[in-house]
Amino acid sequence: MSASAPLVSLRSVSKRFPNGTLALQDMTLDVGDHEFISFLGPSGCGKSTALRLMAGLTRNTGGELVWHQAPTPAGGERRDLGFVFQEPTLMPWATVFDNVFLPMRLAGMSRGEADAKVRHALEMVGLSRFASVYPRELSGGMKMRVSIARTLVTQPRLLLMDEPFAALDEMTRSKLNNDLLAIWKEHRFTIIFVTHSVYESVYLSDRIVVMAPRPGRVVDQIHIDEPYPRNAGDFHVSERYNAHVVRVQKALHANLDGLAIDH
Amino acid sequence: MNPSTASPLPAVQASNPAEQIARAGRREAGLRVILPLALIALLLVAWEAIVRINQIPHYILPAPTLVLRTLFEQWHSLAPSLWFTVKLTLMALAAAVVGGVLLAMAFALSKWVEIGLFPLAVVMQVTPIVAIAPLILIYVDNTMAALLICAWIVAFFPILSNTVIGLKSADSNLRDLFGLYRASPWQLFRFLLVPSALPYFLGGLKIAGGLALIGAVVAEFTAGSAGRNTGLASRILESMFRTEIPMMFAALLLVSLLGIVIFVAFAGLAKLMIGHWHESEMRRES
Repeated sequence: MSASAPLVSLRSVSKRFPNGTLALQDMTLDVGDHEFISFLGPSGCGKSTALRLMAGLTRNTGGELVWHQAPTPAGGERRDLGFVFQEPTLMPWATVFDNVFLPMRLAGMSRGEADAKVRHALEMVGLSRFASVYPRELSGGMKMRVSIARTLVTQPRLLLMDEPFAALDEMTRSKLNNDLLAIWKEHRFTIIFVTHSVYESVYLSDRIVVMAPRPGRVVDQIHIDEPYPRNAGDFHVSERYNAHVVRVQKALHANLDGLAIDH
Repeated sequence: MNPSTASPLPAVQASNPAEQIARAGRREAGLRVILPLALIALLLVAWEAIVRINQIPHYILPAPTLVLRTLFEQWHSLAPSLWFTVKLTLMALAAAVVGGVLLAMAFALSKWVEIGLFPLAVVMQVTPIVAIAPLILIYVDNTMAALLICAWIVAFFPILSNTVIGLKSADSNLRDLFGLYRASPWQLFRFLLVPSALPYFLGGLKIAGGLALIGAVVAEFTAGSAGRNTGLASRILESMFRTEIPMMFAALLLVSLLGIVIFVAFAGLAKLMIGHWHESEMRRES
């Protein structure tokens, strides 16, 4: 469905938890190279489960994941895949530098060898001056930037983000969204971004995968054909933006049948 | 800072706020030391006064000055006993650290090891050491070894249980992240589990240090002053039999001082090792 060659395909992928809950039912999706995809839906729609499946953090119980290009699903190198959690998930005992250095260290690199890469990643998120600081001295937004730098340091082809900015205030969130888009445009990797915010998904994505709960499933896919960068001009207050939001809202609510969206 | 006290020339006397805060901080730090010391001094003076005014005989309650004088005069005979107790305590503690940490690691690696052995560790912990010390002294020929075992049993449990909790307390998302980057078991242990467990281990060490000393003293009490090399506990017993009460107080004073030194040393160690990141060692700004 995407214009470019697919990076990974999900074919009728299902996940049933040991307690019997069907977290994800028959999800089929082609993820294109360089795409920015959002998984949008209320709690329990399987959006995080789908992300964790792609990261290899959990196994599917049905269907298959096909990687057309590296990263390979199992056994091989999986280091060109990055994951950003909802919390910054930093090591409190390590400096910002050492937190970003972690993936390189686990790959067997020495601090000297990784130095340039770590500094470059910190530069990308605007934290060059904070390399020797401990996480507790940073604000929530800055911690999230460190978390993003940690995934960027390996130059991933696919960046999986699980509601990364959900706990941040509106201003910080909007700044991080714009910075993320700028980094993504410059480095041309693929992003899958899990969110429960319609506005955020419209603002960020090429394509929105709308999901519904009980059982978790894909109910619609909506393309947002708008040029980037989207912070230039006034896209976020334009009629076109509103039209997209309404379209996505409708797709979301059509499948909720009286279920309240919980935030 | 207070507008009502602002003088026409505020710059002359009012220093900048950062300096004021620093000065307030120093004042508080000073008070933290002075207040307990002053209280102790007051108690000692009161003790001295009560003894002198009521002319209490020294074999019932010696005055603090007499205790101190005894300590200095008998130092040549007390010093080897102090050294013996220090050695016993530190050896028991070292053995407790090695045993506790190794066992905690085994528990972390296999839940069946934990399920099998944890109840035994609890049994060892809850059985009063005074009750089992005589048995250990019967079964173990070497008195020093027997004393060591007693002190070890007391000191080992807090290290074990704290380290077990610490090793399990690693953030689950960080664990996932380590998995995602294909960390080896050794890397997971070295870069995630050890740092996560460190604050808990150090907390256990602080408790175990004091307990090792208590274990050493209790064991020696039970063993009696049998051997030639005897620790402070034997000296306390011995001076009790001879009704050398000032000597008893002097030995007691050394035991307390030793306990304080051990506690302060481990508190300092904790500050040094995790002070820069862990909540427990952080000073709150208010």
